[in-house]
Amino acid sequence: MADLRSPLNRVRGLGSAKEGTHHWWAQRLTALALIPLTIWFAISIVMLTGADHATAKAWLGSLWPAALLVLTIAMTFHHGQLGLQVVIEDYVHNEALKIASILLVKGVAVVLSVVAIAAIARIAFGG
Amino acid sequence: MSSADRPVSKRPLSPHLQVYRIQLTSLLSITHRATGIALTLGALYLVWWIVAIAAGPDAYATVSSFSGSIVGRLMLLGWTFSLFYHLANGIRHLVWDAGRGLDLKTTYMSGWLVVLSASALTVIAWIAAYALR
Repeated sequence: MADLRSPLNRVRGLGSAKEGTHHWWAQRLTALALIPLTIWFAISIVMLTGADHATAKAWLGSLWPAALLVLTIAMTFHHGQLGLQVVIEDYVHNEALKIASILLVKGVAVVLSVVAIAAIARIAFGG
Repeated sequence: MSSADRPVSKRPLSPHLQVYRIQLTSLLSITHRATGIALTLGALYLVWWIVAIAAGPDAYATVSSFSGSIVGRLMLLGWTFSLFYHLANGIRHLVWDAGRGLDLKTTYMSGWLVVLSASALTVIAWIAAYALR
């Protein structure tokens, strides 16, 4: 069968969604980053079980936990919104509702991650 | 022409979910998606916890008392399992992406390994949490 794509289209390799493998690749890279971060996070949270406010604040205010938690938040929300986007694309078939839901998910992910990072920064810088 | 008098298509239809018997592989696949959705909801709880630490002792006490309640503990238990399951099965997916372990025998073996390690890690985390409390 003849290839109806133009040579330029073929060499760009961006496909019908015009973004090529970017979504797939970003999902894998954030997944890879989340392997060590998740293990660190799980151990930290278990250690903090039943901690009072002063203990939790002291932990979150120290350099490594603050830095690693900022990374965890960023990777989690990026990975999470990429995943939810695929779920929405699979199950929501009304075009307007689909686009609205995806935009909402991406917007909420940005807002929540920025709020969390701002809160960490406030504690870390002694607010 | 209304849909009623449209001729029935003779083309074969692909069998759908209800035709297939649930297998370990398909069950683990849908569980990966379900735990992924659960974890994004769990991330809301994480943000609440971080913001509460920044906001002060009163806000922190509210989160702590919710975490300690029966509903809170059940949610955290679900979150723990989801986290370890998605982690273990995510690694399984990354290995597949590298083109390895795709034959039937290895797929089932790694599947059971995911079930086992996610369950074991959940139990270990909760025993450790209760011991350190």
